[in-house]
Amino acid sequence: MGPFKNRGNKATKAGFGEGLLEAGKRNPDVVAIGADITSSVGVNLFADAFPDRFISLGIAEQNCMGVATGLALEGKIPVFSTYGVFAALRAADQIRVSVCYNNVHVIIGGAHAGVSVGPDGATHQALEDLAIIRVMPNMTVFSPCDATQTRWAVFTAIEKCKGPVYIRFGREAMPDFTNPDEVFCPGKAQLMIPGDDLTICATGHLVWEAIMAAGQLSELGIHARVLNIHTIKPIDSKTIIEAAQETGAIVTAEEHQIIGGLGSAIAEIIVQHNPVPMAFIGMNDRFGESGPPLELMKKFGMSAENIVSESLRLVKEKKEG
Amino acid sequence: MSHKQTKDVKYLREIATEIRKSIVQSLTEAGSGHLGGPLGLADVFTALYFSILRHDPSIPQWAGRDRLILSIGHVAPVLYATLAHAGYFPVQELLTLRKLGSRLQGHPGRDHGLPGLELSAGSLGQGLSVGLGMAISARLNHQTHKIYVITGDGELQEGSNWESAMAAAHHRLDNLIAVVDRNGVQIDGRTEDVMQLEPLEEKWKSFGWQVESCDGNNMVQLLEVFEKVQDAQKPTVILAHTRMGKGIKSIEGDYHWHGKVPNADQSVDFLRELSGIPVDMRQA
Repeated sequence: MGPFKNRGNKATKAGFGEGLLEAGKRNPDVVAIGADITSSVGVNLFADAFPDRFISLGIAEQNCMGVATGLALEGKIPVFSTYGVFAALRAADQIRVSVCYNNVHVIIGGAHAGVSVGPDGATHQALEDLAIIRVMPNMTVFSPCDATQTRWAVFTAIEKCKGPVYIRFGREAMPDFTNPDEVFCPGKAQLMIPGDDLTICATGHLVWEAIMAAGQLSELGIHARVLNIHTIKPIDSKTIIEAAQETGAIVTAEEHQIIGGLGSAIAEIIVQHNPVPMAFIGMNDRFGESGPPLELMKKFGMSAENIVSESLRLVKEKKEG
Repeated sequence: MSHKQTKDVKYLREIATEIRKSIVQSLTEAGSGHLGGPLGLADVFTALYFSILRHDPSIPQWAGRDRLILSIGHVAPVLYATLAHAGYFPVQELLTLRKLGSRLQGHPGRDHGLPGLELSAGSLGQGLSVGLGMAISARLNHQTHKIYVITGDGELQEGSNWESAMAAAHHRLDNLIAVVDRNGVQIDGRTEDVMQLEPLEEKWKSFGWQVESCDGNNMVQLLEVFEKVQDAQKPTVILAHTRMGKGIKSIEGDYHWHGKVPNADQSVDFLRELSGIPVDMRQA
C-alpha cells in the first residue's frame, strides 16, 4: 500500500465522536443536538462528558436544523448528527433557508454514508447526500477517508471554518491509515500516492480502495496518482487541473450516486479547464440493498478491482487517442 | 437613542396608523408583495416594538435585547415599517422595498445588512425552531431576555412547527412566546376550508403550552396579554385574532389581498382612509 498501513479497522463515526469531544473540551460554546441516535453517530462521548450541553430533540430533524440555527445565531457552535439520508434530505429546506441562507456556523454530521452501511439496506444508505448538500451556497463539505481524518475534520470544522459545514462519515469499521499528526487542510486535495500515468480522485472509504488499486496498477507498470478529495466543497480546482494536465486521465471514486457527487464535481472543473478522459466509480443510479458492507461495495462496483479496471481502460484510451 | 417604551394607548394607535401608511406606500412603490397580512399585524408589531420589547435601535445587536423572529417572512413589510418608525433605519428607505440592491428584501434577508433583522426567513414552519434554539441558548447562558416568534395560522399546517412545540414543552422553556396571526385566511381561502386548524387552542394546550387569545387589532387587549405572559412558567402562545387588511374597510377580511398590492389609485384612497379623511370627502 505504499506508505500506508492499516492500523486496524475503525469506524469513521468513532473519529467523529472523538473529534467532537476534543473540540467540546476546548470550547464551552460547542453544543450537540441529539435526534435519538446519539450513540449510533458517536455523539455519546460528548453527551456523557457534557450533559448540560447536549440537547435532546428526538426524531425531528427539521426542528433540529432550526434549533441549530438559533443556537448559532446566539454564538454557540452546534453540532448535529444523524444519518446522512435524514440530515441531507428530510431537512434540506431547513438547511437551505435557516442554515445556509443565514450562513450560520453549524456542523452537520451526515452519518451512515454509502452502501457500506450494510444490512440496514437502501433506506439507510446515504448515496445522494453529497449531490444535495454541495449544491447549497455557503456550505463547506468534508468527506474524510478514515477515523483519524474524521476526528481532524470535526474539530477543524468547529474551530477553523466559518458558516455551515457538512461532514460525511460511515458506519462500518474500515481501514484507519492516515497520519494522526498530519494537519487537516480544508480545501486541499491530499496527495496520497504520486504518479503520472493517470489520476485517481477518491473520497471517503474509497480512498483506501484507491490506494490498493494503485498498488495493483504499479505491479502492471502503471503509476497512478492518488488524490484524497476530503473537501468536496470548496474543491481544490488547482490541484485537480494540474493532475489533468500532468496525467491526462482521471478516475473518480465515491460511495455515492454517480449523478451529482464527487465525479460530477470534478467533471465540472475538468470540462471547463482541461478536458481529459474520465471514468466514474460510484453507484449507478439505483438504490442499495442489505448485505455485508464489503460485498455490497463489490456488488455495486465500488472497490479496488473496479478502480483498477477503469484505470486500465483509460490508460489504454489515452495511448490510442 | 434608546427606545422609550410606552403604555399610552392613544399614542400607540397613532403609531400603528403611521405604520399602516408606510406599509401601503412601500408596497405600492414596490409593485409586488403582500398587503393583507402586514396591515392585520400592524397593531401587534406596534405593541411589541413600542411598548413591550426590551430593545435599543441604536444597538441592534444589544445582547440583552428581546429577540423577535418573523417566521412568516412574507409579512416583512410590517416588520420593516415598524423597525423604521422605531428608529432602526430611515423611514425613507422603506420605498426601496424589493428593489435591486435594497436592504429590504422581499422576504427578510440578513445578508443585505438591514439592522434589526434577526433571521433570514420565508420558507414557512422554520421560525419557531430557530426561536427555540435561541431560547435554549439564553437558558444555557443564564440570560433573561425573551424570544418572540410571529407565525401565521396557515403556517401551522407545516408539521415542523409541531416538532418545535413538542420540544419547547419538553425542555420547559418559559422564555419563548409565539404569536399566531390568527386571521383565519390563507391563499386558497379560509383556513378551515383549506386545512382545518381548529381546535387550535386545544392543540397548543395538549402540546404543553400556555395559551392566550385576544383581539389582535385591539391595542388594550394586546398590551394586557403581552404583560400577562411576561412571567409565564411554560412556553406561551398568543392567538392574536386579526383581520387581514385591517385599517382599510373595503379589504378587511378579504383573503385575495394576501398577495396583492395597491395600484396607484387604490394607494391614494387607502392612504386617505388611514389619514381619517371621511369617504364622502375623497374626490376621485
